[in-house]
Amino acid sequence: MKIDPDKCVACGNCVPVCPMGAISIEPTIGRATINSDDCVECFACYRGMSKEHLNPLIVRAVRRVAKIFRFRFDPEPDICPTDAIVPQELAWPRIVRRAFSDPQVPHESTGIHGRGTAEVKTNDVTQRVKNGEAGFVVELGRPGVGARFGDIQRVTIALAQLGVEFEENNPVASLMSDRSHGLIREDILKEKILSAIVEIKAPVERVPAVLQTIRDLAREVDTVISIGVSTRCDAAGNDVLGEILEQQGYPAYRGKTNLGLAVSAQ
Amino acid sequence: MTNTLHRYSEHYASVAPSHPEPIRDDYIVFAMATRGINDDDLVEKYRTFLHLALEHHPVNVGDATKGGIVRPRQDLNPSAHWRRDHRPDPEQVIAQIEGHTTVAAVFDNYAAMKHFVEELKIADLGISINISAPMAEARRCCEDAGILRHSVEYSVGFSGRVDKLPDATTLELSTMCGHGMIAANFAKKMLEWVKENRRTPEEAARYMARFCSCGVFNITRAERIMKRACNRE
Repeated sequence: MKIDPDKCVACGNCVPVCPMGAISIEPTIGRATINSDDCVECFACYRGMSKEHLNPLIVRAVRRVAKIFRFRFDPEPDICPTDAIVPQELAWPRIVRRAFSDPQVPHESTGIHGRGTAEVKTNDVTQRVKNGEAGFVVELGRPGVGARFGDIQRVTIALAQLGVEFEENNPVASLMSDRSHGLIREDILKEKILSAIVEIKAPVERVPAVLQTIRDLAREVDTVISIGVSTRCDAAGNDVLGEILEQQGYPAYRGKTNLGLAVSAQ
Repeated sequence: MTNTLHRYSEHYASVAPSHPEPIRDDYIVFAMATRGINDDDLVEKYRTFLHLALEHHPVNVGDATKGGIVRPRQDLNPSAHWRRDHRPDPEQVIAQIEGHTTVAAVFDNYAAMKHFVEELKIADLGISINISAPMAEARRCCEDAGILRHSVEYSVGFSGRVDKLPDATTLELSTMCGHGMIAANFAKKMLEWVKENRRTPEEAARYMARFCSCGVFNITRAERIMKRACNRE
């Protein structure tokens, strides 16, 4: 993403809307600029802000006059008045930033928007997580911190050593050069993204050990990790996972429940 | 997509209080089809889902590829700074569904969610339906509606560099867009503006909702959080 200096009026509205804090007003030129290393190409600034398409010369003149008199204009906080935010054509490897950061771009590997995985949301159709299994969604970078693939690889290597099974139909898995060792292709390791989900499966009795490994790993990475764990319910609609998590002292307050309503149509 | 899984509340604080306050105004029901298996007449199924939802007065509905009931606009003029149209447009969400996506409805009370789920069971759309909510409430809803849960997924919280996270109030607001499109700095700015009486909580919640590109941001809960933070309850 770029900000067109010919259009920007340095109103500053785009500065706080960047989830990565990559936008600032450059005092030497009096325009907003984007730190391209921190920008994850999520398009939040470009898509989330409304636009007025005003003439930049007129807006700057009005702002100069207001500044002389120290007037505080109270503009709408989510508008780019001059349509100055401009998407760039992205080449490899930078393009993976957008694939993992912009929720409105479907992943080529899965065809799914967002972070590109269906988890157990369609488990009543796909049987992705079967009886006696636990599915883990290990999301690095969320909420709002971002992650580099180098950190993600640290986690995938450790998980591979644990002997767990990586979910086949997952965007991170599709970028692995050696799945048995958890290696991710080298040319993207420095790329920063908003977040990425590593999905694994293990027998449900291994939930405490796997969660402990992930928590131990979390101390070694320079980002935050959000963890979800799932399972299939039994014929009476009960699950063993809640009890296991409670015993282990994990906060399992919120989550998703697949109602199984697609099944009758199969 | 795990976009509704990790919504922050004090249950997930690093040092959680002994009796955290239950969340009673944030219930999401969403629908998702599987490619090549149950995606015939998909647009009609999704539209039926959302039409049924609207009968129960959701606080937001959304299409993951297009957005929710309040969206950014490309055609504003300067009068917007004085007379901004904040009215929601759920019919726009329904009309613009084109195909594969996830559609969601957000409710601010249990009864509305339960009645909607009961209607979905009767409608038998043949696509996957999920509740994203406190697990005990989702379970109660299934029992009330006579549904056996198929699968469950628990959020077990945050690890690693949690020192990089913002304060709890900001997190409560920003994590209501699980895709991370609502920047923590913007949520902080909106809180400050409400404190300074530059905007109402209702207006501030709508500014944030426009950045949520799948429409799962809970506008009512956001208003409550900001009122509480600004001692306006």
